[in-house]
Amino acid sequence: MKTDAGTKYRKERIDRGIKARAEDIFALSSLQEMLYLLAPRAILVLGLLILPLYLGMYGKKVLINTAIFALLAMSWDFLFSVGMVSLGQALFFGVGAYIAGILHDSLKWSPLLTIPIATLGGGVICSVLLAPILRLRGVYFAMVTLALPLMFVRIIEATRIFGGTEGIHGLTSLPSVWFELYLSLAMVIAVLFFFRRLINTDYGLVLSGIRDNDQSVLRSGINIYWYKMQAVFMASAIGAFAGAFMTHAYMFVGMPAFELDYSILPIAAGVVGGTGTFAGSMLGAFILVTLSEILRGVGGVRIVFYSVLLVIFIVVVPEGIFHYLQRKYHQFERWVKVEE
Amino acid sequence: MFQGMLIYGLINSVILALVTLGFNLTFGISGVANFAHGGLYILAGYTIWILFNLLKIPYLVAVVLSILLTAFIGGLMYRFILLRLRGLTNSEVIASLAVGVIILEMFRFAGFIGFEYTLPVFISGSVPIGETLVDAQRLFIVGIGMALAIFLWIFTHHTKTGLAFRGIAQEERTALVLGINSDKMATLSMAFGAGLAAIAAVVILPLGIIAGEGGYTVLLNAVAVCIVGGLGSPGGVVVASFIIGYAQTFTATYLGSHWTMIVSLLAIILILVIKPSGLYGKQKEIEEKV
Repeated sequence: MKTDAGTKYRKERIDRGIKARAEDIFALSSLQEMLYLLAPRAILVLGLLILPLYLGMYGKKVLINTAIFALLAMSWDFLFSVGMVSLGQALFFGVGAYIAGILHDSLKWSPLLTIPIATLGGGVICSVLLAPILRLRGVYFAMVTLALPLMFVRIIEATRIFGGTEGIHGLTSLPSVWFELYLSLAMVIAVLFFFRRLINTDYGLVLSGIRDNDQSVLRSGINIYWYKMQAVFMASAIGAFAGAFMTHAYMFVGMPAFELDYSILPIAAGVVGGTGTFAGSMLGAFILVTLSEILRGVGGVRIVFYSVLLVIFIVVVPEGIFHYLQRKYHQFERWVKVEE
Repeated sequence: MFQGMLIYGLINSVILALVTLGFNLTFGISGVANFAHGGLYILAGYTIWILFNLLKIPYLVAVVLSILLTAFIGGLMYRFILLRLRGLTNSEVIASLAVGVIILEMFRFAGFIGFEYTLPVFISGSVPIGETLVDAQRLFIVGIGMALAIFLWIFTHHTKTGLAFRGIAQEERTALVLGINSDKMATLSMAFGAGLAAIAAVVILPLGIIAGEGGYTVLLNAVAVCIVGGLGSPGGVVVASFIIGYAQTFTATYLGSHWTMIVSLLAIILILVIKPSGLYGKQKEIEEKV
């Protein structure tokens, strides 16, 4: 509300007219409207592709890191969209990282071979591991996923397999930093658009249905456990890719691959950015990793910082940043006279 | 040897039950799975250490203060964070885990790592039982564990607050009609759960050193016992902690102590395959869970 020369004005918000029926269905009639829809997507893709050209070596490394966390965050977001709260993204990451490391170390396969194998193999292994607990919902699923990565650390510690506490050193890195950079960014873009598309198809509708009311989906004669299994496979394959990629980027794999960072940051990114749109969790990962690089001087409190942001956002801004931005983008705002 | 294992298995089971009581109480009453449980447990331990070693407060006073403080923080956490998320199970899980991580990692960051972070035992010396020598602190734990279990039973069956707790656990709307403020009771139940975590920390921590990793182990053990016993069921907690407690002790003796963590996970998976609602879970809980 504002007053100007005795007349009162109020702010009016109107949705753009090209939106028809639902959140993501648009009725396009002009080039301008197409541009309006295309602009955010084009800016994102071009921005990601051009940004590395202006970054120094340090900036490039940070960007690679960011991309990896963005992948984990989107994988978390996908599971969350199917109604499964994973508190252990580190499981996917660690399994992928170890598969790539072991294959490379024992069979001397090139990274170009180990990364795809680790992606698929990690997906299969994680799906099998999580299969018994797919019947669980909410809290129960979360509890077990939290336990699994910690369990892996203990097993590796106890049996001294896979290099034990030392880990496996001296792995080959990817051909060049440019290759690393564009591979990770391409993966981020591909995963982002794949998930956004997938969740709006009929298949995605079943997945959202499982989140909203799994009992009624079950009663429509759909095997929800099989669907959940597929969702877990997709999410864990992406997590495993991130892990395998990092193994070769760091030229090292060890117990830190199962660290809590890889579980907490994706959750924080999802919550800060906003869940359900994938772009939100990606945005969240970009914000959080950049912030934590700025705060690098503070040292090991990174994870505390994520957790504090997580609590603040979940209580104060539960919808997340992206939903807010999206709403603003889809609305006009104008001042109109208040009629007395 | 075997006799010793029986005795240490018993002690281990009581430790598990002690650690789980608070988690189970909060879940049973307010429906919040308090993932900050391990954090609160470790918080209590470090608080006593700080009060006792840095501020030179007498040990028993420090213990009482830290239990009260932990309970207060638990209550605050519910009042200002979890209350706003009521009904959003997923958000509750994430928020409480974040609080737990904040507590644990803050202590680690502040440099509370090392062998000097120990608490003194209440009773020193050891008592021979048969051929095995058991130190008095461990017997003390068994005593406290039993006393707490009996206290909780009396509390929830014969006091006004305890009955109100059970009231909102069983049928929240009816309880509201009878003038029980469910938000207040849920806050109290969280404070109680945190206080129980602190009591567990007080008696158990003198056996080892205080460390952040301990918090995660405590949380996982509590979760495992709860799932196996059937969430929110006090009888189930006792039975499940004996099963897991003895299984852990046998595993530690025959395979090595690294494997004890895996026992909890195997127990969870086995029970989910055989009886998803847990040993003492009721039909209602099956619907919530599967």
